[in-house]
Order: sequence, then structure tokens, then C-alpha cells
Amino acid sequence: MDYQQANISDNNFENCTKCTVCTAYCPVTAVNPDYPGPKQAGPDGERYRLKKPLFYNEALKYCMNCKRCEVACPSNVKIGDIIQAARIKYSTKRPSLRDTMLANTDFMGNMATLAAPIVNGVLSLKPVKKVMDATLKIDCHRTFPKYAGQKFTTWYKRNAAQAQQQFANKVSYFHGCYVNYNNPSLGRDLITVLNAVGYGVLLLEKELCCGVAKISNRLIKEATRDAEVNLKAIRNAVSTHKAPVLATSSTCCFTMRDEYPHLLHLDNAEVRDDIMLATKFIYELLEKNQIKLVFKPGFKMKVAYHTPCHMEKLGWTYYSTSILRMIPGVDLTLLDSRCCGIAGTYGFKKENYRYSQDIGEPLFRQIESINPDLVATDCETCRWQIEMSTPYRVENPVTILAMAIDADATRKANSIG
Amino acid sequence: MKKLDKHYDVIVIGGGATGAGTARDCAMRGLKVLLVERFDFTAGATGRNHGLLHSGARYAVTDGESASECIKENMILRKIARHCVEDTGGLFITLPEDDLAYQQLFIEKCREAGINAEAIDPDLARRIEPAVNPDLIGAVKVPDGAVDPFRLTTANVIDARRHGADVITYHEVVRFIISGNRMEGIVMRDVHTGEETEAVGSVVVNAAGIWGHLLAKKAGVDINMFPAKGSLLIFGHRVNNTVINRCRKPANADILVPGDTICLIGTTSDRVPFDQIDNMEVTPDEVDILIREGEKLAPQLATTRILRAYAGVRPLVASDDDPSGRSISRGIVCLDHAKRDGLEGFVTITGGKLMTYRLMAEWATDMVCAKLGLTDRKCTTAETPLPGSETPLEVNDTKKDKDGHPSRQHIIELPTEQLAAEGRHGSLTEEIRWQNPGDDALVCECEQVSVGEVEFAIDKLHVHNLINLRRRTRLGMGTCQGQLCACRAAGLLDKADRCTERALDDLCSFVNERWKGMYPVAWGDTVSEIQFTQWIYSGVAGLDEFLDGRDTEHLLH
Repeated sequence: MDYQQANISDNNFENCTKCTVCTAYCPVTAVNPDYPGPKQAGPDGERYRLKKPLFYNEALKYCMNCKRCEVACPSNVKIGDIIQAARIKYSTKRPSLRDTMLANTDFMGNMATLAAPIVNGVLSLKPVKKVMDATLKIDCHRTFPKYAGQKFTTWYKRNAAQAQQQFANKVSYFHGCYVNYNNPSLGRDLITVLNAVGYGVLLLEKELCCGVAKISNRLIKEATRDAEVNLKAIRNAVSTHKAPVLATSSTCCFTMRDEYPHLLHLDNAEVRDDIMLATKFIYELLEKNQIKLVFKPGFKMKVAYHTPCHMEKLGWTYYSTSILRMIPGVDLTLLDSRCCGIAGTYGFKKENYRYSQDIGEPLFRQIESINPDLVATDCETCRWQIEMSTPYRVENPVTILAMAIDADATRKANSIG
Repeated sequence: MKKLDKHYDVIVIGGGATGAGTARDCAMRGLKVLLVERFDFTAGATGRNHGLLHSGARYAVTDGESASECIKENMILRKIARHCVEDTGGLFITLPEDDLAYQQLFIEKCREAGINAEAIDPDLARRIEPAVNPDLIGAVKVPDGAVDPFRLTTANVIDARRHGADVITYHEVVRFIISGNRMEGIVMRDVHTGEETEAVGSVVVNAAGIWGHLLAKKAGVDINMFPAKGSLLIFGHRVNNTVINRCRKPANADILVPGDTICLIGTTSDRVPFDQIDNMEVTPDEVDILIREGEKLAPQLATTRILRAYAGVRPLVASDDDPSGRSISRGIVCLDHAKRDGLEGFVTITGGKLMTYRLMAEWATDMVCAKLGLTDRKCTTAETPLPGSETPLEVNDTKKDKDGHPSRQHIIELPTEQLAAEGRHGSLTEEIRWQNPGDDALVCECEQVSVGEVEFAIDKLHVHNLINLRRRTRLGMGTCQGQLCACRAAGLLDKADRCTERALDDLCSFVNERWKGMYPVAWGDTVSEIQFTQWIYSGVAGLDEFLDGRDTEHLLH
């Protein structure tokens, strides 16, 4: 009987008991009948692909890689990973020019910030949108995020780098493409908050895009190259400063923690736990009474928090919402956890636009019914989607925290000179 | 008692590959044919083996005649049954514990039998089949493959019917009509209702496998057969894409065959008493042997989910001059009971293997034709493709088809369920409906069986219950073993014959039949699966209450 006891499958897809809860939770299956759903695209399809690669089905491109299937799975099957790995391994179609452009956030960001006002203006012109729609199949209904005139890193070097050295405690910051090219003020907000509680914020010796867009557009070689650069910088930062690397984007954070080992097969075990969201870091300091926050009197705001898919996968919504709840005067509603529909570059693609909006519809309606002053979320692409699809402004919880605290009083409370 | 009007030229008993093949051959030669099966086609040994398209190499050293029959039939089946056959190639590997000297003898004997056996470098073997035990010290490449016995038999039945044969399932032959020294017909009993029907014919062919022994007794004829049980395990996915055999004298669990979406390790071999042949259970010891030996062929099997275990009964036939049964032939045995026992109009075709079913059918039909004085009717089954294989395989690696169109590209764009259906039904797939909304909805998700395919099977493939449907389409043969598809399929069958009670009985017996095969391997993921299935069917659907006191045992086949 020894052989029977020992015969346990180590094939993750074989742990599936076919309960189909993944498909019930899949945002795409609900709106797109061409998508086979996570169960069939994942563990079921895997058996067929192992039989013959020609059973690979191009409809797997409809997977948004939101990982809600993995969160739902009671058997711990890495359904999203199986689907993405199959796309990488079996798809015979080369990524298009559009996909390559959308995925190369660093290249596009660097180019665009050089002439931000012109790029922003041009990208919002209807005829330009029509041309992009017709030629590149980037949907004309989509609003592009505005590029900043000055990159976050440029601002940091000129205005903040020196001041960070005076702090005894230091953390590193993985700003991500969005903060660098589109929204440097979120980076500045993080520095404001962390400086006020006694932490200096350093940048990594080198930072490239986390790679999420390249992975989902199957530019795996490029994603791996970038990821290796990031991992090296993160290892150096962690070992030099004995401090974590913080991110303000749930997706960057999730990608570096989980997609690097699962899809790019890069070993990040020694630093994985040191890569975390800023809100988790701040929450834990507060929890241990190592820092204090002093809030502006009379701060009043009705906030609705949207849980991004990768935040759901990280399981860290609690940290961001707890911090928001600590702010006196914040009236927080936690929105139902559901996908907003954009999934990064996915929603920009013409073939996905309609599904993208259909997926987000219930979320948009819920936000409207609450009518908040501000929607909070930890993901930049969710922000674009909600701002485009509803009349509401969206901010990162760190920005709201920066708005709410009295920085001088906080510094004093933490005995910072 | 009911009596069929027709006077048949030949009544064939047994719906396995041999019986179906004999019915086809007889019908193609213009005879009036009745095919009778006790349960469903392929319910016996035909549906309970490896599904190995033997190259014959396995028998080369011990039985040269069988080996050369195998390789000839192997080549024929590739031509006439392309949708039932997969050219996987095969390896005979030598492990450090085996005698490498055997390899030389093996290759020599293979070549004598006409089998293209080629010794290759162990490194090359590891490249051809990455799942093979990396410790191998020798490897021989042979033209083994995989054959789906369900499809093969169904195709023979379809063709027999196309040529005018009548086919009756779920009828057991209970006695023969014998007048003097002449067999004149049969009396068969409906296994569901108990009703008896008489059918008359000039010749009766006993193609009932191991059950042929008992059948012959009813005609007062003794055939010295021995039931040998062989157990196998089905693994959840294809670990190997090439057949892996051990290069040694045939022994337990030394063949690993990739079959459709799964792979199979087997077999064991044990004599069992006749009173057990309808009651095959796989024992824990057998499961142990299969896992232990299987791991030696492909170490990955140790960490691969096992879906189920099953056992079949080989009909071993002792030579007539050796009543002790020590001298067993694996070859084809075709007995003319007129010559042997003085009973005119009765023929037994037995022994042999799935691989040689067509040749067995040819021999039996030759004998039938001789008895009917129709020796001018020549056998054409070796050249005539079976239904489903009339057109060449579209899914192949050649870039262009004969008209210069890129056929492969077209087929790659097909949804998985249509691709899977093409693999199962070959050119018959054209008869499956896809155009209406819902036709492509999946009934069996693991094996990609659509509503259209189920309806096609109900209409065209002699399907009366869920187990028939499983054998015709692979419905319920996948990872979840019927958990999701059984109730959906029962609904479709109910729609087709409008009897909800029968559909519910059917559903109960189907779920029980699936459990029977999972029970011997019920640990790990398989036990979670079955537990979940139980929650659905007894907890949610309340089938256990429905089943209470009902007898569905007779539906288990």
C-alpha cells in the first residue's frame, strides 16, 4: 500500500475538482460568450494541450489575468497562471505593433513626457482617436491617461533626494510607470506622509516597468529582462537598507511578488516578503505604535473604496481601508469587490472595449448610487476606467492620507525636527 | 414468444470488436445479418484493455505468428480506421535491472515477424519521449500506436447497419434452437423486461469472448477457455505521447499507452473463476503493482492523479489436444463445430486480440460463407475504410491539403469542442450540428462533448442510456468522471425519449458505475472529486432518496 499513499499529484491543474466556482467568479465569462471561462481555459484545457498543442484556443486572449478565479478556487489551483502560461507557450500569433506599443510603458512614457502638453492634446483629439482606432485597433472611446510634464524621478533628484538622507529610517520606493510618467504627485504624497512619520524614501538604483503589460501581451523575453533588472535592484536595496521596497500600485506589487516566479520563472523568494504596498507598511507601523498620525481638524470626505483585482489576490484591501477608516471625517464605503473591466492594456484594445465596459457597469452604478466625494483605489488602471466611466475623481489612499494629515503636527508627534 | 420475421443468413452473438467486425464483414459480403449483444457494444473485453495499437513487438519473442498478424493488422487499421488510431510510435526500453542482451533477440525476432524495430540511443529515446525513465540503458523504436476500441467497434456496427445488418443490444442469448444436429436459431431475452424473442438463421457465430465458453455450453459444446483478468489504471492526463513498453519477457504492468486525453498503465494477469467474470474488481494489490511498475516506465506517474481503475477478462483458449489448459494460445481460434462437435451451423471465433479483430472477422466470415456455399464472396474489409475514416485526416502536420488549401490553419481555428469531436468521429463529424445557439454548449467539459455531439450520438450511434453515450463520445470519462455532465446528459436523453423516470434510473446507475472505478483509487484528489460528486447528487439533487429501494443493477453495463 506504500505506493498508494505516496501517489499524490503534483500537477497543480489536477487539483481541480471541477466545482466551477472560478467560472462563476470570472468577470469575462459573464459578458463574453466567446471566452471558455477559467475552468475550461485553465485546468480542463491543459489536459487537451498536453495531448496536442493544436488544442490551444486563441480565445484564451480574452482572459484579463485578474486572478479572481484563483481567489475563488477552494483547491488552490493557479488557474490564471495556467491560462497565462498557456498563452505564452502555445500561441503562435506574434504580438502586434499595438500590443507592443501598449506594453512598452517605459518607452512610451519616456517619449511622451518629453512633449507632454502636445501628446496629451493630440491623444485627446477625436480624429486622432479615430485614426488609432482604425489603424491600431485602440478603441476610440478610451481616454488616455495624461502624461506629466516632468517625470517623478526628475523631480525627485532635483527636489527630494538630498532631504531623504537625513532620516535614520529609510525605505525604498518602487514608483512604477504611472507615478513616473503620469501622476508624480502620488509619489510626492508618499514622501510627504513617510517623511512626516520619520522615514526617508529612496529610489532603487535602477527601476524598469514591473512588466505586467509585457507579460499580458506575451513579450516574455523583454519582461524577463526588465524583471531581472528590478529584482537585482530590489535585492541590493533590501540588503543595504534592511528595509522593504514599497509600491503604491497594487498591480506592480503583485506582479513582482507572484508573476515573476510563476510566469517568468524568476526566483524572488528571498525578497518577496519585502515587496509590499505602502499602505500595508504604514498600517503595520501604526499597529505596533511605532508612528503616530495627526489629522487636520475639520477634514470631511465621503470616500468609496474599490478593490482592484490584484489587491483582492494580494488580500491586502484591509490595510488600505483600515488606514482610510482611521481618518476622522472620512465616511468610507467599501464597494463590492468586482472587476472594473479595464485590466491594464486589455481595455484599450478595440476587441475588448465593449466587454470591458460591460464588466465595469455594476461597479459604476454602485459608485453613482453612493455619490462619494472621491473614489479610492490602489490601482492606476482602475482609476482610469472609473474616471472615464463615471463623473467621479479617483485617488490612491496614500494621496487621501496626505490630504488628511497635518504634516507639521505629525512630524512633531513623531519627534522629527 | 415474439419471433423476428426475417430468416437471417447469419446471427452473430457478441457486440465486441470481433462480433461487430464479423457482422460488418458478413454484411459487406451481402449476407442477411443479425448482431445480438447482451448489454452494450464494447461492454466486455473490447472496452477493457489498453487501447494499444500493437506493432506486434510484444509477442515477437514468444509468439512469432501473433506478432506478424499484429503488424499486418496494425498497418491495415491505420488505413481503414484513421479516426480510431493515433500514430504515437512506441519504445521498448531496457532498464538497469533488465538484461540488455534480450534486446538483440527482441530486434531479431521483430524483424523476422516483419516489424520495423530499430535500436536507438537512450539519449534519443529521452528526446522522443521526455517522460521516459531517464535511467534507461537501451531503447528500441517500434511502430506501436493507440487505438480507441469504442470508436473502432462503433464504426464497424455503423457500417454493418449501412450494409443492411440488424443490430439488437441488451438482449442475452438464453438458449439455442437446435434441430437434430443443426443449429437453427437463438432465443434471446431482453435484459430489462425479461421478454423473450426468437430469431432464426442459417449459421450462428459465437463471438462472445470469454462468455462464449458459457454460450457454447448452452449448445452442448465444450470449448476449453480460461478467464484471465487484467487490471489497468487510468491517469488524469497524458504523461507520455509515445507508447512505452519494457524490453523483456511480457510481464505485469509493462505497457504505458497514451490514449486520447489520458494515459493507461497495465496490465496484471490472473486466472479467475467463471462465476466472477461479470464482477471484476481491482484489488489494492493490483493497484500497488500497477503504480510500482508504472513508475519504472515513467517516473512522473508517481505524482500524477489517477482517475480510475478497471479490469477486463481475456478469453484464453486451450488447444483442443490439451484439456489441462497448460498450453495456451494467444492466437486466433476459429472453430467449426460441425467438424469438431458434429453440430452444423455453429461457429466460434475467439482467442486473438483487439488488434486482430478484423482478421478474426475475416476468418469467421470465410467459414460462414463456406457453410452457405458462397465461397466467391471475397473479403474487402482490409481495403474499405470504416465510417468516419472515409476522408483523410484533416488535422495533420502537412501545410497544404491536396487542393493546395492550408487545411491545418483552418482546423486550428476551430473551437476546442469541434476539434475534439473531429478526433472522435472523423468524417462523421459533418453530421454534428453546430449552427444553432446552444449546439456548441458543453455537456461534458472535461472531454469537450457538446450538445450537438450528444444529440448526434443519440440519433446515429445506437445510444439508449448514459453508459452507451459515454462509450460513443467519451462523455464522463474525464477528470470529474461524470460529476458535471451526467445530469446534463440525462436531461438530453430524457428530452429524446421522454421518460424522466428512466432517465433518473439511468443517472443513478451511471453515477454508481463511475464510482465503481474510482473506489480502488479513492485517495488524494480523486477522493475530493468523488466526495464533491456525492454532495451534488445526493445532497443537492436528492438522488439517494430517489434510488431508495430501486434496482438499477441491471443498468450498470
